[in-house]
Parts: sequence; structure tokens; C-alpha cells
Amino acid sequence: MDTIKTAELDHDFIKEISEEPGAEKIALCFNCTGCTAGCPMSDLEAQYNIRKILRMASLGMKDEVLNNPYLWYCTTCYKCQERCPQGVQNVDALLKIRTIAVKNGIMLPKHRAVAKLVIEYGHAVPINDDAKEKRKKLGLEEMPYTVQRFPESLDEVHKLIKITKFDELTTE
Amino acid sequence: MPKLSFFLGCIMPNRYPGIEIATKKTLEKLGVELVELPGASCCPAPGVFRSFDKATWLSIAARNVVLSEELGYDLLTVCNGCFGSLVDANNLLKEDAAEREATNKILKQIGHEFKGTIKVRHIIEFLHSEVGVDKIKEAVVKPVDLKVAVHYGCHLIKPSKERHLGSTENPRFFDELVEAVGAESIDYEDKLACCGAGGGARTAVLDTALLMAEAKIQHAIAAGADCFVDACPFCHLELDVGQTEIAKKFGREYNLPVLHYSQLLGLSMGYTPEEMGIDMNYITNDEFMKKIGGDK
Repeated sequence: MDTIKTAELDHDFIKEISEEPGAEKIALCFNCTGCTAGCPMSDLEAQYNIRKILRMASLGMKDEVLNNPYLWYCTTCYKCQERCPQGVQNVDALLKIRTIAVKNGIMLPKHRAVAKLVIEYGHAVPINDDAKEKRKKLGLEEMPYTVQRFPESLDEVHKLIKITKFDELTTE
Repeated sequence: MPKLSFFLGCIMPNRYPGIEIATKKTLEKLGVELVELPGASCCPAPGVFRSFDKATWLSIAARNVVLSEELGYDLLTVCNGCFGSLVDANNLLKEDAAEREATNKILKQIGHEFKGTIKVRHIIEFLHSEVGVDKIKEAVVKPVDLKVAVHYGCHLIKPSKERHLGSTENPRFFDELVEAVGAESIDYEDKLACCGAGGGARTAVLDTALLMAEAKIQHAIAAGADCFVDACPFCHLELDVGQTEIAKKFGREYNLPVLHYSQLLGLSMGYTPEEMGIDMNYITNDEFMKKIGGDK
């Protein structure tokens, strides 16, 4: 493993993470590893280690953390956050770190595709012909009473996304 | 009669409409009135959209809550993901004046305002605490004789600082609802484990997400389960469609049926499996369908 050089650490990274209320508590971690020991994802993929990611983050290893592919393995089951004896809000901190990655243009193509679905249809999983058929068979209206049925509602969602610039943020 | 708006979300109306009809029919029998919530969108998915941009996640969630505020009813969801986003957003906006002001600045431009006047409810905790186990028992006309692997999922009970539904390591309330309809809630290894779908993991790393689902499926089968009963269309999809994907990708077949609680409740009220859309799952299990009185 390479030596960590303090000159290469970004001491503002922890401040940026701490914008999320509770995320600043990652500084309280005393490395008991209870989070990772109970993590269902670590059981399957030992390279995924939330303790290590948050430790690196609190040291200021911004580039390594934001470019770590395992940043995207957490299923947000919150088991670690519930069990942490220090009250560290691991998942909240991890989600904040992910948003910083996205802000820096680091986002999986498959996640860009999901974002695009909401930008376009207002649904991450929009209706399809198979579902319409099933709905009819069950005695439900073919089109559910959601944003995909009402153009004026979809227009509201489109406007909202323009205001937050979510389309610019998630489009390559 | 309690009245709630019915928040549909994405996966239930657009992939598993059986859960939607089951929810409508069973709640009606229990004297709970559901009203449509026209124009609601994706919740938006908590682990996914909160991972991308918090302001967008929060304002889309706020708009959904506000639509129900404008109708004047508490909002009901049957999905852990939607519950996660909408409860967290509702709590945050009620408690944090700065977040509320920033979000209302956005909502104002599309003609809405968050006021903080309603509650967000999940069908499982709502049935347990507002309707009650006794009333559900009274509504049973056909006790369901099944060994059930209850799947709480994650966001129904966690993070506990936002949910206040008791133990996250050994909860009982969902099991009590399953037992109320005559079924047996069996104990199985890692019962509280995640299905693997959340946090954008199903999208990002499907194979690994499927291995997490597969562990649950194996544990449920080893304990003698006839089926899973879940509280979330996304867990439902991961466990149901997941089995077809596991068969295709890894060559391992299970065929363990997956029901949402509202579908199980429907069976106990005398509805047929077809009326509850249970035959519309992606995996098929004829033996199980016969057991619950299906056509097949």
C-alpha cells in the first residue's frame, strides 16, 4: 500500500461531508468494525468496507473515496447505523459522499439512466404494456392516477427538475 | 371511518398491480377509506435519488406529501422505499426551518407550499396500530394455512430515529399481522436481512444484489417456508424477478412464491389468488397455487 502523504489530503472534505446533519459524527469512529462485521454486503463482497470508506473520508482522502467503485455497493439497509456504539450516522454520511461524487461528475452510467427516467416520466419505473394488460385484467384502470396520466402534473415535475438543475447534474 | 390518500409510487402500479387491487379491496373491508392522489410521482427512491442530489430528492418528495396535504388526508404507502423517502422528507421539513424555507422556495414556483399538516403512514404499521390485530382477525373468513417467511425489509423500521417502531433487531408487529390471518410466521436465519435491492445496488451491481436475495431465499426454504410475505413492492420485485434472474445467470432454481401482505390478507378475506394478482408474479409455482386455492 502506498504511503498516505498529509500534503495530499483534503482537509475541507470532512467539512463538506458535515453539511449533512449527523454526518460529522464520522469523526467519532473508534474503529471497532461493528459496522462492517454486520454488513450483509461485506459478507458477499469483502472489498466493500463502509468503515474504511468513512475512515478515509475523515482523513481527507477525497479522490480515493470519490473514485472508489465500492462507494455504490451499500444497499442502505441501515444495520450499521443502528448498531454503531458511537452513534455514527454511517449511511447518512455515505449518501452525502455519493452526492459529492455526483457533483464532481462521478456517476455510474446505469444510475444516469435511472435519473433520466424520472426526468422524463416522473417515475423511476414507468408503466409498460404488460402492466396495462395486468391492470385491466384485475379490474383497475389501465393508467394509474399518477404523474404519467396528467400532463399538467408531469409539467410540474419537469419544472421542479429544471429549478434544481437535476437534469444538468445527471446528464453527461 | 379513517380516510387516507393512497400513494402508488412506481413499482406497484407499473409492475405489480395485484398489490394495488389487494390493498384497495382489503382496506375497504376493514373500513379504511382510500382516496386517489392524482398527479403523484416517484417518491423518489431514497437510496438512489438521495445519493444523487439531496435538494431534488427532498423537493420531489415534498411535492408528493404536499399533494396529500392539499387533499387534507394522511398519506398511505405500501412500499418501504416510498415510506423511507416520504417519512424522512416529511420529518425533515417539519423540524428544520431552513430546509423548509429552501424547499418551499422551489415548490412555490410550481404552485405549492409545504405546511407540515399530515402524517405519512405505511400499511403494516397502520394496520397494526390503527386497525389492530383483533379487527383483522374478525375480518378473516378463510384462515390461510401457510408457513410464512416474513420479510420486514429495511426502510419500514430503519433508521429508527425517524420511524419509532420499536426494535430493529427483533420486531414483532408484522409477524402478529401475519399470524392474525391464520398463517404461521416461521423463524429463519437472518430474517431481518436486506433483500439486496436498495440504495441503487440492484441497478449498480445486479449480480451481487441477487446473491443477497439468494441468501434470503435459501434461508427461508431451509426453514420450511411456503412463501415470503413482504411489505414492499421493490423487495417483492427483487425476491420474485430476482429468482428468474438467479436461474438465468447462475443456473439455480428456487420457485419460492412471494406475496405482499395485502395479498395474503386478501386470501384470508376470501378473495381468490387470481383476484389478488398472485398468479401475475414472475416465478410460477403450481403446487403453491393449488394450496391457496388457485385455478392452476
